[in-house]
Amino acid sequence: MNRNDPKIDGAFPSDRELVDFVLREARMLDQQRFEDWLTLFANDGYYWMPLEWGQTDPRLVCSLMYEDKLLLSVRVERLKGERTFSQKPRSRSHHVLQMPHVESRDEAANSYVTWTAMHYVETRNDEQTLYAAWATHHLAVEDGKLRIKLKRVDLVNCDAAFGNIQLFM
Amino acid sequence: MSRYAGDAEAIRKLVREAEVHRDVFVDEELFQLEMEHLFANTWVYVGHDSQVANEGDFYTTTIGSQPVVMVRHTDGEVKVLLNRCPHKGVKIAGETCGNTGKVFRCPYHAWRFRTDGSLHSLPWTQGYDNTGFKDSPAALGMTRVKNVHNYRGFVFARLNDEGPGFEEFFGDSLSSFDNMVDRSPVGKLQVAGGVLRYMHNCNWKMLVDNQTDTCHPMVAHESSAGTAKAMWQKAPEGTPKPMAVEIFVPFMSPYEDFDKMGIRVWENGHGHTGVHHSIHSDYSAIPGYFDQMKAAYGEERAKAILGEARHNTVYFPNIMIKGPIQLLRLFKPISANRTLVESWTFRLVDAPDLLLERTLMYNRLINAPTSVVGHDDLEMYERAQEGLHANGNEWVNMHRLYDPAELTQKNVVTVGTNEWVMRNTYRAWAHFMTLDM
Repeated sequence: MNRNDPKIDGAFPSDRELVDFVLREARMLDQQRFEDWLTLFANDGYYWMPLEWGQTDPRLVCSLMYEDKLLLSVRVERLKGERTFSQKPRSRSHHVLQMPHVESRDEAANSYVTWTAMHYVETRNDEQTLYAAWATHHLAVEDGKLRIKLKRVDLVNCDAAFGNIQLFM
Repeated sequence: MSRYAGDAEAIRKLVREAEVHRDVFVDEELFQLEMEHLFANTWVYVGHDSQVANEGDFYTTTIGSQPVVMVRHTDGEVKVLLNRCPHKGVKIAGETCGNTGKVFRCPYHAWRFRTDGSLHSLPWTQGYDNTGFKDSPAALGMTRVKNVHNYRGFVFARLNDEGPGFEEFFGDSLSSFDNMVDRSPVGKLQVAGGVLRYMHNCNWKMLVDNQTDTCHPMVAHESSAGTAKAMWQKAPEGTPKPMAVEIFVPFMSPYEDFDKMGIRVWENGHGHTGVHHSIHSDYSAIPGYFDQMKAAYGEERAKAILGEARHNTVYFPNIMIKGPIQLLRLFKPISANRTLVESWTFRLVDAPDLLLERTLMYNRLINAPTSVVGHDDLEMYERAQEGLHANGNEWVNMHRLYDPAELTQKNVVTVGTNEWVMRNTYRAWAHFMTLDM
């Protein structure tokens, strides 16, 4: 049972419910509740982290991540593994979100988009790295709950050389 | 205190028949000597000519520690220039790529250079009359690297004027480039999809070494490929196999399989894994592709080209290519304990888009800073970079399947878990480090 994953009150989500969803999602990641987090994705949902500034094509342009639920599940399962050497010791993350902005809502199409500026910190051992990004959530209501159809994370320095980025922004 | 500069004998002693001294990885003085000698005596990959398709197109990069610019000259040839204004040293081409027209113009004092490096003009020239400027090195313009070779689109340069010729240096190993290019029905590649740039806190040779290390995938990558395999095995029967699963699962092949895949060893540190079969052999066919190849080459030749599934071909000193998925990884040395890994991908011109899509998926699943495979590799390199400082045993071991007879053999196919290519890497290292000492 996923805690903090309430049904929406009415037939359609309010702006407040959309905003709260984005905040809860980030909190789940920082609390390392990765299996709960996976349930927030629609079955055909994607997590996308472009490599190019303003990238529009995830297929014939490379991305840092473009993963369906199967690949996300592999990541979450891997994080629990006994022989996941790059996670011994484990990484931790910290999100600071600006208030999410509801970009668009289309009740007839069951499509809601939020845009959130954020700072994200990932740390492991003595290293701590700060990333600045914008998260765009494409959400839909399924069985009375908000679900992620696409979470897009645009890093301000998407084309820089990075070391390991091991968790989820 | 200098321990190695000017002492070829001391450098050669770092490489034993099947062991390498840890200084080769951790010593900053040796790193500086590598930049001065090794990266000047060898043919180093610069870039692909599709990155500079038109006259005036340029691309900036490095050869070892040297800033260079690769440019398409007005005569249609690709030139490689040291990216430094002869005046004050300013890097003239500032962006990664662009078009400069017929001349480069230094943004500091507007000195201009033709795209072969020669000085075109200076502003307000009367100040140089009778100053001796004409006879100064500055009057020669940007320094051009004389030894540049474009092999089927792949541009290499040797910084030193003297040294081995291109064919002599690469020999039979060029067959891996041939296979990659031949996979296009029109025999042409284009850089495509963007480059993944991944910073590694380790020595560049750890990456070179890893490319023919067939005893690590089933161990280091158990957490990623093994998890993907286990999850796939739980999928209901009849589920179509996703491309990502096809890519991950072969990493878990057992030792016996890697043994049978074979390794080919060439001279000068070049070699490749996957002679008879490889982790890339069993990918699904791409609709329409074989028919295009058959039309271009005839059935027999098309089958021969696509039947080669070479895994990793490592070219000394610092690249690896994968012919079957059109990928090139460049290990750019920054310091003894820092390396920038660039993973480049190519489109097979006139072949279906799905091939590029698979190549890009492979690149992000395996080579990205966000890759679960990359994470565990980097963890091993970084632990080695730290662990090598332990005293007591100063040697890195490469005895697997060592036979002294190999010292006189050339162009050999051997068992796939042999560490022969690694041993050859360090033999080549000692040779090209000291060639001009």
